[in-house]
Amino acid sequence: MPKDGGIGASTKRREDIRFLTGTGQYTDDINLRGQAHVAFLRSDVAHGRIKGIDTQAAAAMPGVVRIFTGADFEGIGGLPCGWQVTDRQGNPMQEPGHPVLAQGKVRHVGDPIAAVVAETREQARDAVEAIEVDIEELPAVVDMKAALAEGAPKVHDDLSSNLCYDWGFVEENKAAVEEAFAKAAHVTTLELVNNRLIANPMEPRVAVGDFAPHSGDSTLYTTSQNPHVIRLLMGAFVLGIPEHKLRVVAPDVGGGFGSKIFHYAEEAFCTFAAKQLKRPVKWTSSRAEAFMSDAHGRDHVTKIELALDAENNFTALRTETHANMGAYLSTFAPSVPTWLHGTLMAGNYKTPLIYVNVKAVFTNTVPVDAYRGAGRPEATYQLERVIDKAARELGVDPIALRRQNFVTEFPYATPVAVEYDTGDYVATMDKLEQIADLAGFEKRLAESKARGKLRGLGVNCYIEACGIAPSNLVGQLGARAGLYESATVRVNATGGLVVMTGSHSHGQGHETSFPQVVADMIGIDANMVEIEHGDTDKAPMGMGTYGSRSLAVGGSAIVRATEKIIAKAKKIAAHIMEASADDIELKDGRFTVAGTDKSLAWGDVTLAAYVPHNYPLEELEPGLEETAFYDPSNFTYPAGAYACEVEVDPETGKVTIESFAAADDFGNIVNPMIVSGQVHGGLAQGIGQALLEGCVYDENGQLLTGSYMDYAMPRAADVPFYSVDHSCQTPCTHNPLGVKGCGEAGAIGSPPAVVNAVVDALQRAGHTGVTHIDMPLSPSRVWSAMQG
Amino acid sequence: MYAFDFERPATIDDALKALGAEDAQALGGGQTLIPTLKSRLASPSKLVSLTAIPELKGISTGDDGTLCIGAATTHAEVAAGAGAYPALAALAGNIGDPAVRNRGTIGGSLANNDPSACYPAAALASGATIVTNSRRIPADEFFDGMFTTALEEGEIIVEVHFPIPQAANYQKFEQPASRFALVGVFVARYPDGVRVAVTGAAEDGVFRWAEAEAALASDFSAGAIAGLDVPGNAMIGDLHGSPEYRAHLVKVMTGRAVKAAG
Ligand SMILES: Cc1cc2nc3c(=O)[nH]c(=O)nc-3n(C[C@H](O)[C@H](O)[C@H](O)COP(=O)(O)OP(=O)(O)OC[C@H]3O[C@@H](n4cnc5c(N)ncnc54)[C@H](O)[C@@H]3O)c2cc1C
Repeated sequence: MPKDGGIGASTKRREDIRFLTGTGQYTDDINLRGQAHVAFLRSDVAHGRIKGIDTQAAAAMPGVVRIFTGADFEGIGGLPCGWQVTDRQGNPMQEPGHPVLAQGKVRHVGDPIAAVVAETREQARDAVEAIEVDIEELPAVVDMKAALAEGAPKVHDDLSSNLCYDWGFVEENKAAVEEAFAKAAHVTTLELVNNRLIANPMEPRVAVGDFAPHSGDSTLYTTSQNPHVIRLLMGAFVLGIPEHKLRVVAPDVGGGFGSKIFHYAEEAFCTFAAKQLKRPVKWTSSRAEAFMSDAHGRDHVTKIELALDAENNFTALRTETHANMGAYLSTFAPSVPTWLHGTLMAGNYKTPLIYVNVKAVFTNTVPVDAYRGAGRPEATYQLERVIDKAARELGVDPIALRRQNFVTEFPYATPVAVEYDTGDYVATMDKLEQIADLAGFEKRLAESKARGKLRGLGVNCYIEACGIAPSNLVGQLGARAGLYESATVRVNATGGLVVMTGSHSHGQGHETSFPQVVADMIGIDANMVEIEHGDTDKAPMGMGTYGSRSLAVGGSAIVRATEKIIAKAKKIAAHIMEASADDIELKDGRFTVAGTDKSLAWGDVTLAAYVPHNYPLEELEPGLEETAFYDPSNFTYPAGAYACEVEVDPETGKVTIESFAAADDFGNIVNPMIVSGQVHGGLAQGIGQALLEGCVYDENGQLLTGSYMDYAMPRAADVPFYSVDHSCQTPCTHNPLGVKGCGEAGAIGSPPAVVNAVVDALQRAGHTGVTHIDMPLSPSRVWSAMQG
Repeated sequence: MYAFDFERPATIDDALKALGAEDAQALGGGQTLIPTLKSRLASPSKLVSLTAIPELKGISTGDDGTLCIGAATTHAEVAAGAGAYPALAALAGNIGDPAVRNRGTIGGSLANNDPSACYPAAALASGATIVTNSRRIPADEFFDGMFTTALEEGEIIVEVHFPIPQAANYQKFEQPASRFALVGVFVARYPDGVRVAVTGAAEDGVFRWAEAEAALASDFSAGAIAGLDVPGNAMIGDLHGSPEYRAHLVKVMTGRAVKAAG
């Protein structure tokens, strides 16, 4: 019985019942007594100076409670940035202020200028339209290179330029890298764009601020991936509310993909306004607002060069990237193009010398921050594209070229500061060749040709640093927060358990897989374990969910807390059975004195903990509740190999994905079904980026893709039935579960496979001049490429 | 949305009366109008729903053999019920998604005349007649450029009459985001000639490609248009495709439609 729901079981997701029957409790489902609604007046120009705001007519509109502008936030903190990058000269990045409501200037379309609080949402919106703002429009900077040009308009007048930082990594390697390039037998160069994306979780952002005059406590209900982080950032840096007077609750959250990690102005506004007005204040983003206020993702422009020797060994790698920060620094923005990107440039290969240069640039666009994969997709994409191009230039098989350069011995210290603990890239590639039936490609190619279609095959590898944590390491890298995780395990008298975790679940299935871990350790039914998360008043201070860290870091904290529970329970059992605690064994939910037939059920011992009539009170406190904080010693390094087959319609340029295979090494697996689901979702997002999605601004900073009419999301019909495999398992060596994290892999590994496949299809059809097409590979772009 | 009054009359007369109010507007399936209202891009004083008027609904065959479709007939009903005109049924069955098809109406689509919509191509290629409460308008005189038609203020479409062709087909190349037509071509062959209508491509909205019609009249094969230049109408250029790409697609889609029509 216990094993059925334990580690390794594909238990169905218990949370799906409420999600699929409409009984989930999302932030927008929260409506508090006396609640008012806020609507924001947002800038419709990308860059401008605010010369005046006249709220008089708006204030007289029906239902208006109060109108706030930037002036109401003078002396109050701005939105903080949680990561500091140091530039090539050793100086800190340029860090502009980020007011809750615009002060003096607007810097992107969607920048909030004023906020109307009214009795109803529609009244608030009506009044927003009655506010008169006098804005002197200024020339906007949109293109990153233009933003860095001499004399370019400055996004922030108080900064010396639009350059946030010029980062070199590893700066000490620069000369050696240049030397290696000078000596190279072959150099492959590729310039590419990693397209800007908008996360578009199904649930838009919502915030409800509440204030209790009797206690002076503030509460924020918000769509967040990490409520404790929001409590810390908003409480300490923006509003000056200590943790014990501030509760942040993130209930059911309908997808985040990174965009709900960050602390947003609307959250601070609702909390602030609720306290000012002494009544709850609610904001629900419209989809149109989401397009111009949720942090965007990616947006890198890169030149990458790969040096090879005469035997096709990679000898050096050099990259130059411009990374768009948007108009302000979102919470973790500076870390994405640097530490989450530069440290991954070695990929799965033993390239000895690497130099990465990143210039982060302010533009008059929405802030850009982490989006599923965050930095690692950008690293993987350029590396796996340049390797493919090199193979083509050298006339060698792209898989063979990769295999030849694989890292094969572990642990492996890369030249970009990280140490891979385990992996087996040969095994995942072997597995891929099998599940993708690469041997049968020629036959499928012929079949496509007979149908008038151009078929192509794209293969690539990926590696990612996940389980984003080691606090001392990320501290050295500029993180301004710790990145451990926490868990409290509370055992109730009759044996049921509540696990309070600092991780947050917004689609990952924690409520199912975390109990599997605990149930497995104790040997009880997983249904006896309940997961609580998302409420800072319940769970101990935790860092939340992102960077594929929940099981590796949060799960490990749960293991540690459960170990403490078991140790104490054994002492109680030993006392009752008059044995030594060292002789107590716990198996299948029973405590046994080794070598005897004396035993006690799990429930007997938990009851004794709370009804301590026969209890070692002189040695042990009653009760059974333990907390653990877990901080690992390293990242985890999931890796894998992906293959995509496409067909291109030669007449229209339309690309269809015919098959997609993914062989991943995630270390140990707790729930294979959930892991496959995470990979499926990641692949859909990666295919979306490769073929469909792209956020486009015009030269004046107007968002051209401001709705689903122009921003193309992947749909079921755009993706194939996947072939995924995670049987190659090299367990992580430094966390107790041996797990590596699987949430981002699909999104990281899939875009290069798709693009490699399309380029392959065109090359095979004789379009030999087509060595690269920038994503998204829309029909018009592919057709244009074929026109030469 | 701004506040508005709402009426759901049961007869055409009552509908016209209700539409007489200042800034009143007809509501079909709401699949274009409701999103517009939600974005606060329109502020009618009153919406007059046309979906409860029996005379505006349903599909029948007229005395002259034409297929008559009530203006308030949904896309889904046309997809299921226009078996007499398979190309038209197929077109309706491929508009949007099931939710859109279960609400959106043919009258609303034609009245809206979105330059990327599907129905205008069918109406124009079929030489359909748009019957309103006061007159009969040939399709050739109905479409007046992007989002503009011959309809007068307060005039509503009652029915659309489609002469049934000997052979027809609609080829829609979808814009990747909206899934409207980036280019859509409807080809219909009648005893007295071939009509080719193109949607999605041109800045002036749906148009007939006269050269292709002439070529296909004498030789109804994809090869017949191979040598033609794509019409000179000003093509739309946007982030989904350049004017050249659209022009190219017009030809490809026309060829495919001819081939599929057989
Ligand atoms: C997600 C989505 C996808 C779509 N995809 C497609 C597509 O692929 N192809 C396509 O062609 N369309 C598409 N549409 C548009 C859809 O077909 C609409 O249903 C149609 O354009 C409008 O019809 P309606 O009945 O919904 O009209 P409404 O939205 O109610 O009205 C539209 C306009 O027509 C007027 N009107 C309505 N009925 C009449 C009448 N009988 N007489 C006079 N005026 C009238 C209204 O006053 C209004 O101005 C899509 C819509 C959505 C939301």
